[in-house]
Amino acid sequence: METLRALFRDTRFSIGAAVMVILIVLALMSFFSPYDVTVWRLVPRDQPPSPEHLLGTTSLGQDVFWLLTAAIRNSILLAFCSAAISRIIALTVGLVSGYLGGAIDRVLMFVNDGFIVLPQLLILTLLALLIQENLSLLTLALLFGVMGWALDARFIRSQVLSLREREFTYTAILSGTPLYKLIINEYLLYVMPLTLATLIGNMIWVTGMEVTLAYLGLTNVSIPTLGIVLHFALNYQAILLGLYWWIFAPVGAAVALFVALYLLSQSFSDFLDPRARIQRVGTR
Amino acid sequence: MRFVRRYLIPRLIQYVLVNILGITMIFILPRLMPNGPVEKTVAQIQDRGAYTDPKAAEQTVKALKELYGLDQPLITQYVIFWRRLFTLDFGPSLVSFPTPVMTLIGQSLPWTFGLLFTTMVFIFILGNLFGGLAGYFRQNRFLRILDGVFMVLAPMPYYIIALMLIIIFAYIIPIFPVGGGYTIGAPIGFTWAFIKDVLIHATLPALSLIIIGTATTHQIMRLIVQGVNEEDYVRYAHIGAVKESTVFSRYVMRNATLPQITRFAMGFSGLFSGALVTEVIFAYPGIGFLSYHAILTSDYNVLMGVTTLSIIALTTSTLLMDLLNPLFDPRIRLT
Repeated sequence: METLRALFRDTRFSIGAAVMVILIVLALMSFFSPYDVTVWRLVPRDQPPSPEHLLGTTSLGQDVFWLLTAAIRNSILLAFCSAAISRIIALTVGLVSGYLGGAIDRVLMFVNDGFIVLPQLLILTLLALLIQENLSLLTLALLFGVMGWALDARFIRSQVLSLREREFTYTAILSGTPLYKLIINEYLLYVMPLTLATLIGNMIWVTGMEVTLAYLGLTNVSIPTLGIVLHFALNYQAILLGLYWWIFAPVGAAVALFVALYLLSQSFSDFLDPRARIQRVGTR
Repeated sequence: MRFVRRYLIPRLIQYVLVNILGITMIFILPRLMPNGPVEKTVAQIQDRGAYTDPKAAEQTVKALKELYGLDQPLITQYVIFWRRLFTLDFGPSLVSFPTPVMTLIGQSLPWTFGLLFTTMVFIFILGNLFGGLAGYFRQNRFLRILDGVFMVLAPMPYYIIALMLIIIFAYIIPIFPVGGGYTIGAPIGFTWAFIKDVLIHATLPALSLIIIGTATTHQIMRLIVQGVNEEDYVRYAHIGAVKESTVFSRYVMRNATLPQITRFAMGFSGLFSGALVTEVIFAYPGIGFLSYHAILTSDYNVLMGVTTLSIIALTTSTLLMDLLNPLFDPRIRLT
């Protein structure tokens, strides 16, 4: 509770949290949508915003507002799932590599370096191209999760390296605490805040990647996400036809999501460690 | 001698190993996928509406597998892949058939290089200057407003900035072309008219890259300068009544720019992949546009070529930076 109050004292955190709450409420509204957003031609086409259709309609006969709620829901869900998957990998690798050291550490960090130098966008493009038709939200989350853990595993490892030299480690070992208990009960608590901060950073990365891939038309077009809505709007020449509501709705939602997540991650890492600020901005 | 043994050799070994790992991964990953390039090609032929009876389709698959060498065991394919890699031979493009992939890449590289190099220089100068000023003069009203603007811009996904620029400067106020590298049909040569044409076409893509890059660099530089400000030698300079401008330029900026040089050099690693989205949005005829077309047409060889080259570019620039850093920064000890 004390922590939350301290966090809310930071304007950036309050703004970020407020925008995030609005977005989540919008996402939850998608469950009460009067239209099935995956079906076309349900409403009149190309209508400007009106009381009936709050944000107008698309050239495909979808209601932009309800489409947007579903898109926000899917995008946030995807970002959270893949960030969670990559956090699990990063935590495992970071804890094992940092605590055990030696040959295992060297092998893991070697694989880690390999992942860091991979051109992620191109490889994701290559993979998405090949399995495009079978991409569900879950497989996409897995794909992003497998690609996005490397840098954060290094952060966690370096923190564990310093924890290993603390006195409580020696006390625990000398008093016969089993290794898994030491790691779960003691280390995990110390590493958790850092993991949470990187979780938000990773969510930004995932959303950016997803929108980029969708924008290029490489993900499954039948699942509405922010990127897919934008993809359809551009493909049907919404700018040229002057259907600005169709294009500004996903763009606005994406900007809101990005800025909210960024503010949250900034104030969060400031709260954890003023020195970490440099690293956070640098890892984008 | 100690430098070679303790510093150079471990880094060279790591360089080679990481390259092998990365390239092996992009060799294996596509082969794990349920439908490979052959199935994609056949599906594309069928997509065009031609009737193919199943027997013929099967034969096409077989013939294509033989043609691409995919019927051989995985190990043989792997050995052949590496042997050809050393001569930088990625085979012919599957779509514009007999043209070798390297020729296509060679044609697109100058465009990407020109665009990226220019924007990187701009970003380096603008981002570091504004970031340094914002970090040093923290009370200045103008710099604080700028800081706020950059803070909103920095996390923004790149294509949104690009899209905004297109909407504003190509549709609402049509002063720049919507896309392309030069006016189609214009005579190509070293004439003033052609150079001007190329520059006008490059303005919007460059501007979008500069805006987002400056915002990010600014954020980082501001934090670095704030860190340097706390150092004892800066406080000492203030106490010793060194002129404010001298403290800023000689004491603070010089130290803070060092890590930024690394970032500048690392920018080159993006030569093969970094500008993908820019070039797609602005239809700019560089490497990114080439790979985008390869994606759309499942031109597998081109994609493999671009991906492999971008891995090598990334690892090489990391290695060069590791080796050159001690030259820029005397504080780094070679141990």
